[in-house]
Amino acid sequence: MANKVIYAIYEDPEELKGAARKLITAGVQVRDVFSPFPIHGIDPIIGLKRTRLGIVSFMFGMMGLSLAVLGTYYMMIYDWPMNIGGKPNHYYYQNVTGFVPVLFEFTVLCAAHGMAITYLIRNKTLPGMPARNPDPRSTNDKFIIELRTEENTQHAPEAITAMLRETPVFEINERQC
Amino acid sequence: MNFTISKRARTFTLALIVIGLVMAAFGVAGDHTDHKQYTWAAFYANALFFFFIGLGCLFFYALNHVTETAWTVLVKRVYEAIAQYVPLGAITVLVVLVAGSMGLNHIWHWMDARTVDVNDAANYDTHIAKLTAYLNKPFFWVRAILMLATFVFFTRWFRKHSLKMDQETGETLLRSHWKNYHRSVGFIVLFAFFSSLLAWDWIMSIDVHWKSALFGWYVFGGMWAGGMITAVVLVLYLKGKGYLPQVNGSHIQDMGKWVFAVSFLWSYLYFVQYLLIWYSDIPEEVTYYKVRIDHHPWLMWGMFFVNFALPMVLLMSRDSKRSPKFLIGVGVLIFIGHWLDTVQMIMPGSLGLHFEHIGMLEIGFFLAFLGVFVHTVLSALAKAPLTVVAHPFLEESVHHHI
Repeated sequence: MANKVIYAIYEDPEELKGAARKLITAGVQVRDVFSPFPIHGIDPIIGLKRTRLGIVSFMFGMMGLSLAVLGTYYMMIYDWPMNIGGKPNHYYYQNVTGFVPVLFEFTVLCAAHGMAITYLIRNKTLPGMPARNPDPRSTNDKFIIELRTEENTQHAPEAITAMLRETPVFEINERQC
Repeated sequence: MNFTISKRARTFTLALIVIGLVMAAFGVAGDHTDHKQYTWAAFYANALFFFFIGLGCLFFYALNHVTETAWTVLVKRVYEAIAQYVPLGAITVLVVLVAGSMGLNHIWHWMDARTVDVNDAANYDTHIAKLTAYLNKPFFWVRAILMLATFVFFTRWFRKHSLKMDQETGETLLRSHWKNYHRSVGFIVLFAFFSSLLAWDWIMSIDVHWKSALFGWYVFGGMWAGGMITAVVLVLYLKGKGYLPQVNGSHIQDMGKWVFAVSFLWSYLYFVQYLLIWYSDIPEEVTYYKVRIDHHPWLMWGMFFVNFALPMVLLMSRDSKRSPKFLIGVGVLIFIGHWLDTVQMIMPGSLGLHFEHIGMLEIGFFLAFLGVFVHTVLSALAKAPLTVVAHPFLEESVHHHI
């Protein structure tokens, strides 16, 4: 038996949530959900792990802070100390107050850009990357549940389809993978 | 569900007041400054600190009306109850202002008429004389009375209106909601002016030879932070007692976020003020920091560390904002941090070198004020249903989920 992908298409995010809840209760594995916008509260229903993007952001922020400390130290203290307003410039700690805006801005810059780029790479949605959503309508007004038969061997594909028919589904598509 | 003050809470607040007053009495006995200046200053710092917490909550409460925030509706009564300290706080502040004005204390050097008397060569101060257009007693009192009256009026009006809304439904409820909205807009506009004005009049003019354009916002940041910390600790206390069952982890996390965010606002304003003064290094600007860095470096940098670094590191993760014990612990630390901030705003300026370190007077008045404050807030909580009965956003608030 060839493995199949089943796409169940819904017209309303709440209907999709109800259907997903029903499938999970019946022991069906939901592979993914495609939607034009984030559906509030879908993550725990389909068993998505909590995002680690915050940790990435923190690490990028720390990296930015370290780079900024290194940069200001090298440029303003070690390589070419400059006398700005008669401020002491022999030691880093004496001058660090003046560097705080730079440290802060560079931390934020690295944290924000690092987080955004990580997000795009992880989702494989960098500009120019081929779209991976199964149906272009999921970027407009349709909400799609993706199921895979190889993950649900305990249910016959027909049984899963029958289960989906009981929910307010708009359309069911099947594809060989 | 209505809140009743537990016996333990009653004994605790009473004990705080008694211990505080005994400590303060020892402090007063050991106060050898002229006019018992030290006593007045310690009383004033604590009066302001707790008054500011009430004001911070009143501001946030009005802000929620203006932005039509839904999730706070469940904990609305908590902000309301903390704001109920404003009238009493206004009286405590007023006592010190009146005493200063009558010459019973010398917290405000400029209030002494000799400083602006050209014929009094020994005491005449050209700098203060230049400021008389703004810093004169009649104008000072017009501003003070206007500000205090506004705060007290809005505290009472919001409370009355909120209790009235409990009885309403349908169209009348909606009309009340809009009335709340419009009054809150008015209050926020007035508060924008008054929060800066009171900082200049009541605090910055203590160090009359020093000026900072940012000072008003910095004081406002501290006010707001104090209010947010107190509110979240109080909500966690109530939840620990089994009250507010509908308040879920998302509410708590959002309140924690406010503590985190406003701590950053405060730190930003404090540091910007310091940075600009440090950079330009003009004698008339650095005096304020010179006194504090030379004589109280631990107080100044210590409180900055507690109020900035602790919330930043400890409240960054989601789990820390969802753990009641952790949040209460951090909240108490920052609460003390902001108290230290108020102390270092008032004491060095009004006492000069007589202020050496925090002693019996500051801590004694702190405990006594804390007792009175907690008692006032808990009594206000007990007088009304703990969650609002009717509000257009009540349902949305109950289902708050982030």
